[in-house]
Amino acid sequence: MAFRAAVITFPGSNCDRDMAVAIERVSGTAPIRVWHGDARLPEDLDFIALPGGFSYGDYLRSGAMAANSPIMQSVKRRAERGVPVLGVCNGFQVLTEAGLLPGALMRNASQNFICRTVALKVENDRSLFTSGYKAGQIIDIPVAHHDGNYFADDETLDMLEGEGRVAFRYVENCNGSQRDIAGVLNAEGNVLGMMPHPERAVEQAHGGTDGLALFENAIKTLVSA
Amino acid sequence: MKIRVHVSLKPGVLDPQGRAVHHALEGLGFAGVEDVRIGRLIELDVADGTDDAALADMCEKLLAHTVIENYRIEKVD
Repeated sequence: MAFRAAVITFPGSNCDRDMAVAIERVSGTAPIRVWHGDARLPEDLDFIALPGGFSYGDYLRSGAMAANSPIMQSVKRRAERGVPVLGVCNGFQVLTEAGLLPGALMRNASQNFICRTVALKVENDRSLFTSGYKAGQIIDIPVAHHDGNYFADDETLDMLEGEGRVAFRYVENCNGSQRDIAGVLNAEGNVLGMMPHPERAVEQAHGGTDGLALFENAIKTLVSA
Repeated sequence: MKIRVHVSLKPGVLDPQGRAVHHALEGLGFAGVEDVRIGRLIELDVADGTDDAALADMCEKLLAHTVIENYRIEKVD
């Protein structure tokens, strides 16, 4: 059966096409494109992706408006039912604002917009999204953000680390994130938010393919399930 | 009824904007500025009789991100 993925587009999303191309490249099936104002998601989705960009112009706080858009109610319900959800960059911000992941993404400590490829260390190699990597493996993935500075209180950070929910850390902290955190999982492991862009590292023309294993592993696992 | 919602970063949360403005003030020669924290002021015009619980709910659900921010509701006459 064809792999049924949805990519949500908010006003101001700008990585939705890259995300759709990455998913199609691996799955062989183009994802369904869903608009933020749609009342509900298509049925029987295998995978939902929230792309990067600047939804609603980052008004109020990055991701805050998108987190309250009509489609996100539907995304929350699917996530609670176990449908895998990947949020990248602005998608990560939306997931924290929607309460699907703990913490918040604040302005980079340097105040600068950062756009370059960074080294990430894979922390958790047991999740749907990360088991194509090995724990401790260093991968090169691009970042492009102004608000990527991950913040949570110490209690939450201890919990995330204790439960193995830190998916990736920056080898060199580029944005001030607490404990170098670049990506976190929810308790059930079906929701991943990360600031770096794996969809921008899936073909040689991108300068590297270290993001490919994330999509390959998740999609292969879901298709064979 | 006019409402002002003051949103501020919680104590202990790093405020890079505030730090940059602090440095800029020092650069302009203003001495004795101990700290700068930048927040947000949101002005609402709501129906008379809107209760405090509804206002708090607005803050909790949207106007403030309570992981990192505190809010204070001020009623303006």
